Amino acid sequence: MMLANMVTAINNALELLLRENEEVVLLGEDIGKDGGVFRVTEGLFDKFGERRVIDTPLAESGIIGTAIGMALSGLRPIPEIQFAGFMYLGFSQLVNHAARYRSRTRATRTVPMVVRTPVSGGVRSLEHHSESPEALYSHAGGLVVLEPSNPYDAKGLLIKAGRGGDPVLFLEPTRLYRLFKQEIPEEAYEVPIGKANILSEGEDLTIITYGTMIPVVKDVVEKRKLSAEVVDLRTINPLDNETIVESAKKTGRVLVVHEAPRSFGVGAEVAAVIAEEAMFELQAPVIRVGAPSMPYPFPGYEKYYVPNEKKISDAVSRLLSL
Amino acid sequence: MLLGVGVLGSAYKGEIKYLQIIDESGNADDSLFPRDLADPKVIEMYKAMMLARAIDTKILSLQRQGRTATYAPGLGEEAVQIGSAMAMRKEDIFVPAFRQGGVYLVRGLPMEVLLLYWMGYEEGNIIPKEVNGFPMAVPVSTQMPHSAGIAFAQMYKSRDVAVVSYVGDGGTSEGDFYEALNFAGVWKAPLVAIIQNNQWAISVPRSKQSAARTLAQKAIAAGINAVQVDGNDVVAVYSAVRDAIENSKKGPTLIECVTYRIGMHTTSDDPTKYRSDSEVEEWKGKDPILRIKAYLSKRGAWDDTKEKALVEEQAKTVDDMVEKAEAFKPDPKNIFEHVYGSVSETLKKEMNEAEASYFWQGEI
Repeated sequence: MMLANMVTAINNALELLLRENEEVVLLGEDIGKDGGVFRVTEGLFDKFGERRVIDTPLAESGIIGTAIGMALSGLRPIPEIQFAGFMYLGFSQLVNHAARYRSRTRATRTVPMVVRTPVSGGVRSLEHHSESPEALYSHAGGLVVLEPSNPYDAKGLLIKAGRGGDPVLFLEPTRLYRLFKQEIPEEAYEVPIGKANILSEGEDLTIITYGTMIPVVKDVVEKRKLSAEVVDLRTINPLDNETIVESAKKTGRVLVVHEAPRSFGVGAEVAAVIAEEAMFELQAPVIRVGAPSMPYPFPGYEKYYVPNEKKISDAVSRLLSL
Repeated sequence: MLLGVGVLGSAYKGEIKYLQIIDESGNADDSLFPRDLADPKVIEMYKAMMLARAIDTKILSLQRQGRTATYAPGLGEEAVQIGSAMAMRKEDIFVPAFRQGGVYLVRGLPMEVLLLYWMGYEEGNIIPKEVNGFPMAVPVSTQMPHSAGIAFAQMYKSRDVAVVSYVGDGGTSEGDFYEALNFAGVWKAPLVAIIQNNQWAISVPRSKQSAARTLAQKAIAAGINAVQVDGNDVVAVYSAVRDAIENSKKGPTLIECVTYRIGMHTTSDDPTKYRSDSEVEEWKGKDPILRIKAYLSKRGAWDDTKEKALVEEQAKTVDDMVEKAEAFKPDPKNIFEHVYGSVSETLKKEMNEAEASYFWQGEI
């Protein structure tokens, strides 16, 4: 076992993937000698050299587009986009090509690629450094979208994604990078894609969430001694509908919490799935907690934007009163 | 004076070379003529250009009868496609845009597969391995970074393979175009990027696409080789691409082929709205097929009897293509099955719903 925060867990997963398969290459801005702006790739350049850990020119579409070409040619590229806010330049490559190459060639060509990028706010970054774009990429279809909330899942999901055959967006919440450490296995292991994790069993309500909101939700549950079933989605797309619906049927009250804006978000999809599959077993309507429906504000205002304990707790009270 | 031919000034010490080997009357410059290009191979090129045009004409007519979806014809641009494809070695890989039907043809794609694409079926993107080519790319220039990545992968795997990619004149205005050249330049990747400059990006002329005097010179900013070629001279295209492939171990080359789109952008387009008939007529006089035919006729390597036999034979090939493609029966399940490596629960549910209601095609 090793004691790891999310940064060291991801670094370790990348090292294991590089070591087990010569087809794995890393590419991105400042990922080589510098080890990445969050130090996620630290030491890998020295261990594997510039042939496999590639500092690229500064061009996000170029990084994702060339990685697609590599993946189409039998490599397993793991590009890093320095911040999710800069990934929109590669949105066309992701949606037009990565997402549909398999289906538009009837699986005769595939894009086994994992695009890593930091997401989320709460760390007082400059504008464009705090995005939560998971719904944008999930809606396209054809991309797998992952967002771990702890070092164990981060390592296991990344290894699973790096060995798979689908294009994956691996969203790394910056606020969780160094928030806490966990004992995780030193060797390679996989966490299944498309499978949510029930963090705690409960009877009175279900809280469905992921990423940065996990520790905040946990605090609310603990402080209020709630009998809450907390579900960590881990995989945003494809969504684990089965776990969601089962838990909704069990408790009859569901709160969905995410940092991304509430409108048109993952919460809307979760609520709709529950409405379609478990409507008559609910005691109350599904309630969503998210950021206001606007772009992320400047860091001076982010404490009024990112959902906090108070906002979640108020929503819980409302849900339990209905 | 050909469109887009020019030499850079003092900011760059050098020039963009322009290559023409056979002039518009079919006279060859022997000093430039590739030594490996004997008459039989030139005849092969001529035949391929003729077949590409026959197929093109046929698909256009099928579209007018409602038997294909929108079609982007390649009339007048055959020399770029055939010349470049003939220059490739078997192991070389090509990455097309969407007006390279002739490249697929030379590389051995069964033509019914190409037609399936235009009929609107993804099965038209199932390209046999030995063709060594990728599917078409419709979003303009987005294929260019792929080609740089594919070229990188060849280098990474120590393969002596060149990657030949295609983009239009309009495509050179996209960021992806420059990003691809720049990455390939930094990596010294074995990329041969061909600009099929047909002077028109739908309704926008070359002059409004860029203030650069040549499109080839865009290579200079990426630090890679560049040449401009008479794109209606199949031998010049062949020669430039062959040289670039030979040189690809040392790094990438950008080749601008100056040609002309005789037809419409696609069947949804009416070019009479934005360009003059006289311009089109002028370019018809530079027809790449007539030029190479004149060259062969002058050498006594081609005559009317051969021509008649060829036209008849190719008509049969074209009919055969249509018959095979139209025999294809799509199964609506196909659209669900290959979105991911395994069918997700959501997609399974949606497929079952669709199947239960006959894919929404039945009576209500």
